[in-house]
Amino acid sequence: MMRYPHAPGALLTVLVLAASAGWSQETAPSSDPATAVAREENGRYYTADDIPTFNIAEDGTVDWLTYSGFRRYHAECHVCHGPDGEGSSYAPALKNSVNRLDYYDFYGIVAGGIQNVDAGHNNVMPAFGTNVNVMCYLDDIYVYLKARGTGALERGRPAEREDKSDAIREAEESCLGA
Amino acid sequence: MRSSLLMSAAIFVGGAVPALANDELMGMMDDPKQWVIQTGDYANTRFSELEQINKENVGDLQVAWTFSTGVLRGHEGGPLVVGNMMYVTTPFPNVVYALDLNQEGRIVWKYEPQQDPNVIAVMCCDTVNRGAAYANNTIFLHQADTTVVALDAMTGEVKWTKQNGDPSAGQTNTATVLPVKDMILVGVSGGEYGVRGHLTAYDMATGEQRWRAYSTGPDEEMLVDPQQTTVLGEPIGENSSLESWEGDQWQLGGGTTWGWYSYDPELDLVYYGTGNPSTWNPSQRPGDNKWSMTIMARDPDDGMAKWFYQKTPHDEWDYDGVNENILVDQEIDGEMRQLLVNFDRNGFVYTMDRATGELIDAKKYDPAVNWATEVDLNPESETYGRPQVVADYSTREAGEDTNVEGICPAALGSKDQQPASFSPETGLFYVPTNHVCMDYEPFRVSYTAGQPYVGATLSMYPAPDSHGGMGNFIAWDARTGEIKWSLPEQFSVWSGALATAGDVVFYGTLEGYLKAVDAETGEELYRFKTPSGIIGNVTTYEHEGKQYIAVLSGIGGWAGIGLAAGLTNPNEGLGAVGGYAALSEYTALGGQLTVFALPD
Repeated sequence: MMRYPHAPGALLTVLVLAASAGWSQETAPSSDPATAVAREENGRYYTADDIPTFNIAEDGTVDWLTYSGFRRYHAECHVCHGPDGEGSSYAPALKNSVNRLDYYDFYGIVAGGIQNVDAGHNNVMPAFGTNVNVMCYLDDIYVYLKARGTGALERGRPAEREDKSDAIREAEESCLGA
Repeated sequence: MRSSLLMSAAIFVGGAVPALANDELMGMMDDPKQWVIQTGDYANTRFSELEQINKENVGDLQVAWTFSTGVLRGHEGGPLVVGNMMYVTTPFPNVVYALDLNQEGRIVWKYEPQQDPNVIAVMCCDTVNRGAAYANNTIFLHQADTTVVALDAMTGEVKWTKQNGDPSAGQTNTATVLPVKDMILVGVSGGEYGVRGHLTAYDMATGEQRWRAYSTGPDEEMLVDPQQTTVLGEPIGENSSLESWEGDQWQLGGGTTWGWYSYDPELDLVYYGTGNPSTWNPSQRPGDNKWSMTIMARDPDDGMAKWFYQKTPHDEWDYDGVNENILVDQEIDGEMRQLLVNFDRNGFVYTMDRATGELIDAKKYDPAVNWATEVDLNPESETYGRPQVVADYSTREAGEDTNVEGICPAALGSKDQQPASFSPETGLFYVPTNHVCMDYEPFRVSYTAGQPYVGATLSMYPAPDSHGGMGNFIAWDARTGEIKWSLPEQFSVWSGALATAGDVVFYGTLEGYLKAVDAETGEELYRFKTPSGIIGNVTTYEHEGKQYIAVLSGIGGWAGIGLAAGLTNPNEGLGAVGGYAALSEYTALGGQLTVFALPD
C-alpha cells in the first residue's frame, strides 16, 4: 500500500478504518473510482488504488490537504498557472492536467520539470524536486487540483475545512526539516 | 541608405562627437520624429511634440502596416525609431529586428540570441522584455538570462556581451537599459527567488563594469556615504540597511531593480525604484527591510547615492516599488519646483523634490486604496514619511497562517510597471491603473537557490463596491493632488500611455484595443482592436512627413497570468454564473506590431 511516494513522515501513519472517521455518512457520493474515497488515514484520504484524494462534505467542508493545497497552489503555482488551477496566458490549466495525468506522472513532472520548446513553443516548467515548499505539499496540491478538476470544489478559498491532524503536522515538520 | 539616416541624426546635433554628457543622444531624444530609448526621454514623460494627429482628426486613424514578431509571449515595451530605422524587441528568446522604414519595413537584420531555455523556468510572471535602447550607433539589449549585449545599429553585429547575473540562482532580466553618458545602466529581476537587487553601470564601448550598487547590505556595497547620502533631508547614517533586517536575511532581501530608470542631466542624477523585500511573509523578516521599496537617486559617474526614500517600510503586501519616476518642473504653491512624481504600486503617488529628496506630497490615486490612511507629511513627526498602516489590513499583525481579507490594492498594485505619461501642455499625468483588491495569507517558507521563495497565498478580485471592472485610466493633477478624470476599464490597464501635443492621449487595453482619448476631458476619440491584448507601450514617430502611432500587441505578463481566467467577483455569490470576466474570452497569444496613421 505504500507504493505512492509522499512526505516521509506519512510512512509512520497507522491505518484507520474509514468508518471510524465518519466520512462515509457526510461525504457527497462520488462514483468515480479515480477520486472516490476508499479510506481515511489520520486526516488523509485515499482512493481504492491508494492514491491521495480529496474529501468534501455536503456542507462544503474540505479536508485539510485540499485546503492546504489551495494555499500552496496559490503560493507556488499561481504565478505561472493562474488562479484556481484555471490556467493562464503562460501555462496550462492544471485542474485539467490532473485529469489527464495520473498521480505518478504529476509527481514526476513537478519534481523533474518539463519542457516544450520548439519553433512555436517556449514552455518550460522548472524542476521543484529540491524545493521543500513544493515537495512537502505535493499531495496537498494534487488533491486540491483534483477537487477543482472534477468540479467538486468551486473557485476561491474553501470556506470550511477540517483541522490539521497531528500526523499531518508531524509529517510536515519532518519533511521541512523544521 | 542606412548610413544616411544615422548621419542625419548626427547632423541634427551638429555632428558633435559624443561628449561626456552624450549630447548626441540627448539631441535625438529632443527630436520628436524619433524614439530612441524606451521611455522616449530621460524624464520618462512619454510625451511627444508631434501634432499632425490631433484630437480633431484622430478619429480618422487607420492601420498603416503591421508586423508579426513570431513570438507568442507577453510583449511589453515598444519599438524604437532611429532615423529611418525601427527596432523591435520580443519576449524570450529576445529577438531584435531592425526594420527599414524607407523600404516598407524590410528586415535589415535580425539578432536572435541562443539562451538556455531553463531561464524561462525561473522567470516569475512570463518572459517579457521591456525593450532595447539606442545610443552611439549601438542597440543595447539586456536579455532574459542577464546577458547584456551591444549590437551595431546598422549591421546587428555583436560588439560585446557581458553577463550581469546568474540565472541558475534565479537572477533574470525583464527591464530595458538606460544609456547615460558613456555608460549603460542595467537592473536585475528575481525578487521572488530571493535575489539581492542591484543597479550596475557598464562602459558603453567595451562592456567593462564601472560600478554596482546593491539595494541592501553594507554601506560600501550599496555605494552609500553615511554622512553625505540623505533620507528626507537627514544623513542616512552608518549600516542603515544591515540594522533594518534580522540576521543575514538582507542577503535574500530582494529589492530588485526591474522597473524604469530616469536621468536628470542638469542635476546629474539617475533615479530608480527597488522592489519588494523577500519573502512575501513579513514575519520572516522583521524590521524596515531597507532599502527595498525605495526611490534611489545616484550620481551616474560613480554610483554614489545622493538620497533615498523608502515608500513602504517592511512591506506586507508585495507593493514592489519599481515604478517609473517621472521628472517634471511644475509650480506648487506658487513656486516652481523640480519634481519627481512616482505612482507607486502601493496606491500612493509621491511628489518629491528630485534635487533634495524632500517629500512634498503623497496622495492616493485610487479611492479604493485602504491599507494605509495616509503618508505622514509632518517633518516634526516621528513617523515622518511613513505610511499610516491600517491594523485590519496588516498581514504582519495578523501573523502567519491568517488570511487577511479586503486589502486594496492587490499585490499587482494600483499600478504595476506600465508607465504613465505627462503632458506639459495640460500639466496632467495620464496613468494606467489596476482596480483590484486581494486577500493575503502569509506563511513560512524555506529558501533554496534558484527556487521560488514566495511565502504567501493571494486571492485577487475587482475592487468591491465600484464599477466592477479591474482597471481605470486616469488623469492626475500633481499640483492639486486630485484625479481630474477617470475612465473605467473592464480589465487592468497594462499598457504604457502616450500623450502628444495634438491634445490626444493613447493607451492600450488587455482586450487588445488601442484607444485615443481627449487629453483635457478623457472623451474617447478612437479605438481599434489589435490582434491580441496590449501590454506594450504606445510610441509615436514621424517618417517622411507623416506621423505614426505604433504599439505592440501580445497578451501575457502578470496580467495574462492573473486575469486570463478572470477573477472572482466579490459582489456575486460563490460560484455565480458569469461571476468571472475572463480575459481568455477576449484575446489569445500573439506578438504583433500595429502602426497607425491618418489617411493620405
